[in-house]
Amino acid sequence: MLNRIWFWLLLLGILYGFGKSAYRSITLSDAAGRSHGTSTTLLAVDESTDDDDASATSPLLDTGKQLSEAAVESAKLSVEICLGLIGIMALWLGLLKIANDAGMVQALAALLRPAMRWLFPDVPDGHPGQAAMVMNIAANILGLDNAATPFGLKAMRELQALNSSDDTATDAMATFLAINTSSVTLVPVTIIALRAAAGSSDATRPMAGMILATCVSTIVAIVAVKALARTKRFSADRPRTITALTTANESLSRGE
Amino acid sequence: MQMFFYTMELISAWTIPFVILLIVVWGAIKRVPLYESFVSGAKEGFDVAVMIIPYLVAMLFVINVFRASELFGDIQWAGQWLLTRIGWGDYADTLELLPLALTRPLTGSGSRALLVSTMTEHGPDSFLGLTASLMMGSTETTFYVITVYFGAVQIKKMRHTLPACLIADAAGMAAAIAIGYLLYFGQR
Repeated sequence: MLNRIWFWLLLLGILYGFGKSAYRSITLSDAAGRSHGTSTTLLAVDESTDDDDASATSPLLDTGKQLSEAAVESAKLSVEICLGLIGIMALWLGLLKIANDAGMVQALAALLRPAMRWLFPDVPDGHPGQAAMVMNIAANILGLDNAATPFGLKAMRELQALNSSDDTATDAMATFLAINTSSVTLVPVTIIALRAAAGSSDATRPMAGMILATCVSTIVAIVAVKALARTKRFSADRPRTITALTTANESLSRGE
Repeated sequence: MQMFFYTMELISAWTIPFVILLIVVWGAIKRVPLYESFVSGAKEGFDVAVMIIPYLVAMLFVINVFRASELFGDIQWAGQWLLTRIGWGDYADTLELLPLALTRPLTGSGSRALLVSTMTEHGPDSFLGLTASLMMGSTETTFYVITVYFGAVQIKKMRHTLPACLIADAAGMAAAIAIGYLLYFGQR
């Protein structure tokens, strides 16, 4: 699935960019020949009005530059993101280790055990993956993005310890990510700040609606991920869960 | 309301310091060797972050190239033209939100920019501004999250993860628009 999405995004992006800018270049030079400016062609509508004067630069050239820049920029950006992540990861995984050694994480996980057991039947009780997932979801709900990612990645590693396959996702991972990406957030700090910055008279007004909408998406996510896991297409390549080794893994990841 | 916002901000600003305090105090009570524990846990952070790089490059690369082609913006324009043609001009405005809905799962910074531009153009307290905020708040940057999380454990075959997440995103968007229509339609 991802292979196909990857291909189509690239193909459409490049071909569309090329086609559109080639079309605009042609219509622009046409229009410049006749009356000045009002070439409200179907596609040229967004920027054509202010660009018309500067018709010396061709859209074809600009879009080509834009696309190649986008490709290179994205590579730089990913490394920047990951470098930034190293420090944050180290900070929170360090704190998580203390909480883990103190038995605090296990206590938190025990509180939510019934829900976790239903959502992730393949993850055994008391497994550190359970605890890390609880921490991640809690951080997400509180809107602590910086803390949520390290906990989430830790959870993925613990889930991977239960996975018999090196490269195929388990049901537990799919469920965890479905819940994570449909995140319920109680305090959407960024959006409220953006609204206030845009001069809203009541920046927090859509909060109740947001909570309602996220609840809908979380419920749909859980239903969808559970239903899809049962379909023939996706259950065929489900990797086995390692159960015999669970206890060994557990003591390993708890740190001896 | 200003007071309420301030309280919210205060709570979210102090959550992290208090969580840290709680962890450290709990650890101290249980006589955990704090410094040693911290360092041994932190070590793992480096590996995970570095392992993600190839996955993230692969994903951000296609998303950025696609976004640079400005296809989403044109889909909106074509849709509005079509709606006006068939006499549903009243609803054509709503399509201003389409690029946001399509961009939201792909990039965080891109969708944030779209939210800001919608709010500055139509006003943050208009129907469009409020509904855009709802849409932004009810979904995540799905592709980014999935890439990072699976990248950390080197998983390449995601099975039903992506369809499930996209169904949930679509439901979140639909709910946001429905709530927007119910509560805010007609506001300038």
